[in-house]
Amino acid sequence: MSKFKPLLFVLVLILSVSAALVGCSSQPQPNQDANQQQPAGPSGSATAVGSSALQPLAEKAAEMYMAKNPKGKVQVQGGGSGTGLTQVASGACDIGNSDVFAAEKLTADQAGTLVDHKVCVVGFATVANPKVKVDNLTGQQLIDIFTGKITNWKDVGGDDQKIVILNRPSSSGTRATFKKYALNGAEEAAGQALTEESSGTIKKALADTPGSISYLALSYVDSTVKSLKYNGIEATTDNITSGKYPIWSYEHMYTKGEAAGTVAKDFIDYMMGAEFKSIITQMGYIPNSAMTVSRDK
Amino acid sequence: MSKKSKIYNFKHEYLGRSVVTFFGLLLILITIIMVLFLASKGMATFLDNHVPLTQFLFSTDWHPERGIAEGGPVVGVLIFIVGSVLISGLALLISTPFSVALAIFMTEISPKLGKKIFQPVIEIFVGIPSVVYGWVGLTVLVPFVRNHFGGLGFSMLAGSLVLAVMIFPTIATVSADSLSIITEDYKEASYALGATRWHTIRKIIFPCALPGILTGVVLGLARAFGEALAVQMVIGNSIRIPGSILDSTINLTSIITMDMGNTAMGTPWNNALWSMALLLLLISFLFILIIHRIGRKGNVSA
Repeated sequence: MSKFKPLLFVLVLILSVSAALVGCSSQPQPNQDANQQQPAGPSGSATAVGSSALQPLAEKAAEMYMAKNPKGKVQVQGGGSGTGLTQVASGACDIGNSDVFAAEKLTADQAGTLVDHKVCVVGFATVANPKVKVDNLTGQQLIDIFTGKITNWKDVGGDDQKIVILNRPSSSGTRATFKKYALNGAEEAAGQALTEESSGTIKKALADTPGSISYLALSYVDSTVKSLKYNGIEATTDNITSGKYPIWSYEHMYTKGEAAGTVAKDFIDYMMGAEFKSIITQMGYIPNSAMTVSRDK
Repeated sequence: MSKKSKIYNFKHEYLGRSVVTFFGLLLILITIIMVLFLASKGMATFLDNHVPLTQFLFSTDWHPERGIAEGGPVVGVLIFIVGSVLISGLALLISTPFSVALAIFMTEISPKLGKKIFQPVIEIFVGIPSVVYGWVGLTVLVPFVRNHFGGLGFSMLAGSLVLAVMIFPTIATVSADSLSIITEDYKEASYALGATRWHTIRKIIFPCALPGILTGVVLGLARAFGEALAVQMVIGNSIRIPGSILDSTINLTSIITMDMGNTAMGTPWNNALWSMALLLLLISFLFILIIHRIGRKGNVSA
């Protein structure tokens, strides 16, 4: 009679452990069926974790990649750039998606082990509530607004209305990019701005709040918000690729080492390849190959 | 013992008992592991980054992104603690009178209506996901506050109102439970002395149920303290201590959810977020302790 008890315990234990494992990220399984390898591509699986800005594009790419190469499984997860970089550096996932260069989040030692793949470019626009009458802001005006020196739209040629700044959290990649390229790194006024967690919420709050100003990735900009010119230049794909408009950043996919021959590398190559280029444009991103200018930090 | 009876015993006694015991022990184990994990993560701010505890708790300087050249990261979380306390406190002030009144109405004044209408309504409120509360708050409450009270709409007031609606089912349900277990003897004795129904409620039933009602209030407070999403969507998340209830502010849960994914593990910034999570856990322990205290007092006096 008593011999059943341990048996049962083992059974339940196995059940619950396996149930718990389903939620965990899958580990790479390289060379699972190496002898059956076909020229179509490597087999196994890869996990990409990180940036929520890159996630929709990466998911689309994963879907198309797996249709083409059924032996390679690619799983895409969000979690934020910091999570992606930490996990790829520690080996917990194969690809770390990030809005920023690894050196900005990780220590030099950790960042040194990672290889950067710039899969595409994202442009950002300064946006305002649609009722705001201003069309253009110079770089200096933008800095003065975000540092709290200018607090009324009338000082930049608009109505007599208070300027309401909507920020992303200070850890956000979008905010870091905007601060770096639009504000020249100027420190924003503390405690003045409203902060919203996601670009979606920013867009909603912007449309609802009179006199508000913020910044959004171009893929989020539509008619519910007003896109402002920066130094007289419109935030368009053409102006970004030609280098006239400076507020843009790379979307990175980091691997630990070169990762040659793995599904992860093959997937990244696919994403940067000619076949996927039209999808990148279609989804509001800019293919890296279209850029006439480049940056390395 | 025969083989048949062994199988019988197994099926009718040990199978169920083992499963139940296993899951019970598993739950305790998970709790202990989570507390230990959070404690080890949360202590990193103090042990690895050498931030003094007093500075962490009582400083309003929050500059976790600052580079070494500018003096290194500073993590003082007083602003977030004050934000959490103010928002939950105000929510409690708004919610408690409504909830207790509702509980009294549905147990003492009109039990029939209470069972048929109020109980299901409260249950519906419990089931609404917090993101829905937040979304409705953002769409309805924020413009309402902006147009009728002034300010930007994103405010402590909006956050507290959303929370007040969210915690009212907790307070009302627990209060109603404790009101309904007061024995008929008390009520009949009170009526026999010539007291009116309201007199009986005010002088007999309410004082008797008070420990239970207070438990409900503390449970509500605990829920308010831990709620993240709905509050974050409407309070504006400005990193400052609010000057009035119409100012935007931020709380512990909001800063954690906003920065968690975008900061790298092991950085002072990320460690500070873990420490705040640990702080939230300790606060909820405190609430549980208070509830147990109230419960014990209630038992002694009954």
